[in-house]
Amino acid sequence: MSGHSYDAEKYWKANLRLIFGSLIVWALVSYGFAILLRPMLAGIAVGGTDLGFWFAQQGSILTFIGLIFFYAWRMNKIDEQFGVHEE
Amino acid sequence: MSQFAINLIFVGGSFLLYIGIAIWAKAGSTKDFYVAGGGVHPITNGAAIGADWMSAASFISMAGLIAAGGYSASTFLMGWTGGYVLLAMLLAPYLRKFGKFTVPEFIGDRFYSKNARLVAVICLIVASVTYVIGQMAGAGVAFSRFLEVDSTMGLMIAAVVVFVYAVLGGMKGITYTQVAQYCVLIVAYTIPAVFISMQLTGNPIPGLGLFSTHVDSGMPLLTKLNQVITDLGFNSYTADVDNKLNMVLFTLTLMIGTAGLPHVIIRFFTVPKVADARWSAGWALVFIALLYLTAPAVASMARLNLMTTIYPDGTQSAPIQYDDRPNWVKEWEITGLIKFTDKNGDGRIQLYNDTPAFQDQAEARGWKGNELVVNRDILVLANPEIANLPGWVIGLIAAGGLAAALSTAAGLLLAISSAVSHDLIKGSINPDISEKGELMAARISMAVAIVLATYLGANPPGFAAQVVALAFGIAAASLFPVLMMGIFSKRINNKGAVAGMLTGLAFTLCYIFVYKGWLFIPGTNNLPDNAANWVLGISPLSIGAIGAVINFAVAFLVSNATEEPPVEIQELVESVRYPRGSGQAQDH
Repeated sequence: MSGHSYDAEKYWKANLRLIFGSLIVWALVSYGFAILLRPMLAGIAVGGTDLGFWFAQQGSILTFIGLIFFYAWRMNKIDEQFGVHEE
Repeated sequence: MSQFAINLIFVGGSFLLYIGIAIWAKAGSTKDFYVAGGGVHPITNGAAIGADWMSAASFISMAGLIAAGGYSASTFLMGWTGGYVLLAMLLAPYLRKFGKFTVPEFIGDRFYSKNARLVAVICLIVASVTYVIGQMAGAGVAFSRFLEVDSTMGLMIAAVVVFVYAVLGGMKGITYTQVAQYCVLIVAYTIPAVFISMQLTGNPIPGLGLFSTHVDSGMPLLTKLNQVITDLGFNSYTADVDNKLNMVLFTLTLMIGTAGLPHVIIRFFTVPKVADARWSAGWALVFIALLYLTAPAVASMARLNLMTTIYPDGTQSAPIQYDDRPNWVKEWEITGLIKFTDKNGDGRIQLYNDTPAFQDQAEARGWKGNELVVNRDILVLANPEIANLPGWVIGLIAAGGLAAALSTAAGLLLAISSAVSHDLIKGSINPDISEKGELMAARISMAVAIVLATYLGANPPGFAAQVVALAFGIAAASLFPVLMMGIFSKRINNKGAVAGMLTGLAFTLCYIFVYKGWLFIPGTNNLPDNAANWVLGISPLSIGAIGAVINFAVAFLVSNATEEPPVEIQELVESVRYPRGSGQAQDH
């Protein structure tokens, strides 16, 4: 990278923060809502079953898609901000 | 027109399409052969990843697994999709920036160690070869059922087709045939699902139909299904699992295994820019989700359909007469994948869960054991017949199943052949080989890999059924952690990486072998393979995640106890983190 190493460090930190936040959501919907927290969500009915079941079979997949596109969009913006994007 | 002729037209037509694409997309250079020239559009790459990833297991087996397991099988849905989040954020963009052709090449360069590269090559080959056997065997089954040829003969035909487009076109030919195969497989999977969802719930979108009302009973579909199967002694479909630790670890193993599988990672090397690698991970998951959101609907609806076929007047009334069984049952009986034994001699088909808890009820109804055994792999293939769909849908399913098996086989064969020609031959044995020579070596190793895969597909070793455990365990415990550490840490050195990979791998293999038999040789297991004997109830399928943790920990400890990596390696790590200049990186 052509910029200063200070910027480089800030860029990498911004990436790590974004990854960290995204992975919290990733873990929350799959390991959380769909598995470990399912009994707590049992009261919320969804089409003949409960919210945890929906997250296990569909909700987590939909969230994963949203997460990846959000990450790609944010990160491509951050690339531009720090001038490390490709033309 | 006979069903055989229809199937032949669909399958033959799709094969001609793939070969046509292969001739159009012939590879002229090693860059074409390994990374399709590096100019694939992210959406195109997304569709190719979809076909690359969705194998015979996803297309044929997954819905059957979910139908049998209900909620507990959600692991496959989350595990085989959640890995893409990890790929998009932790691996794909940086490996694309690194801009080389293979996964072991990154490991060898980053850890400045031929040994590390060699260990990675071995892990890649073992994971990919075991995986490819399943694809070839799956193609054989589809052929024997739909084209009425001997399954070995079917396998040979499949091998010739793969041979033509993979050897000729390399990654370039594979990329564009995978896009075509994606279209074939998703249409084939979706159409019967839409019809069945319409019949059962009136909702044309199967993913929504799953949570809608069952038209005949007026109850929610899942409530109806739970009622029917619990009446027959089966576990409730939506019931929670007892061992959450095992479910978490199994899901995690599948996720990090997915992210660590080389045939998926190398697909990200084909896009022009780092930003494209991020987008194409998103598109890949969209294309995968079209099938994965439909699969749980297919699973529950097919299970309900099967039950109402056997018990047309409800579970409290008598099941159907064997002589009145529908045509599709007869067809599948021929293949041996449906078996009926009239245990109580009443000429009717009793299908129920033969457990001690259900004993009293069974006796009261004069039942002497479950009489119908249905192989769960036939669920998707038999779906159009169960729902009485027209013959062309069956032809489509045949073409779709073959597309899923062949596209994944081609991706795996490319990963294997590039590891051999690029990492072993150019990387170690003969570094001075010319580009032309390397391209020839790549084609020859591809041809050898196809012959080997075909042979193993026709004569599957006893462990073929265990491939999932092995391939995902290896990828999770060996490849994913070193790849991630290679990018996110500058401190991990060659010794740490090799020690981490070896301990992670050894631990995982040992745990699997203790329960499944050493090298899967029957009878050599030390402990019976059941929940009572597993440590903390962790199944051998779930152990890869623990292996990964061990890999991380050992690599960290060993690296910190030994010297720092050289400055140029730290600069290499720095450079993969910043996107600018990935175009030049690949021109080597």
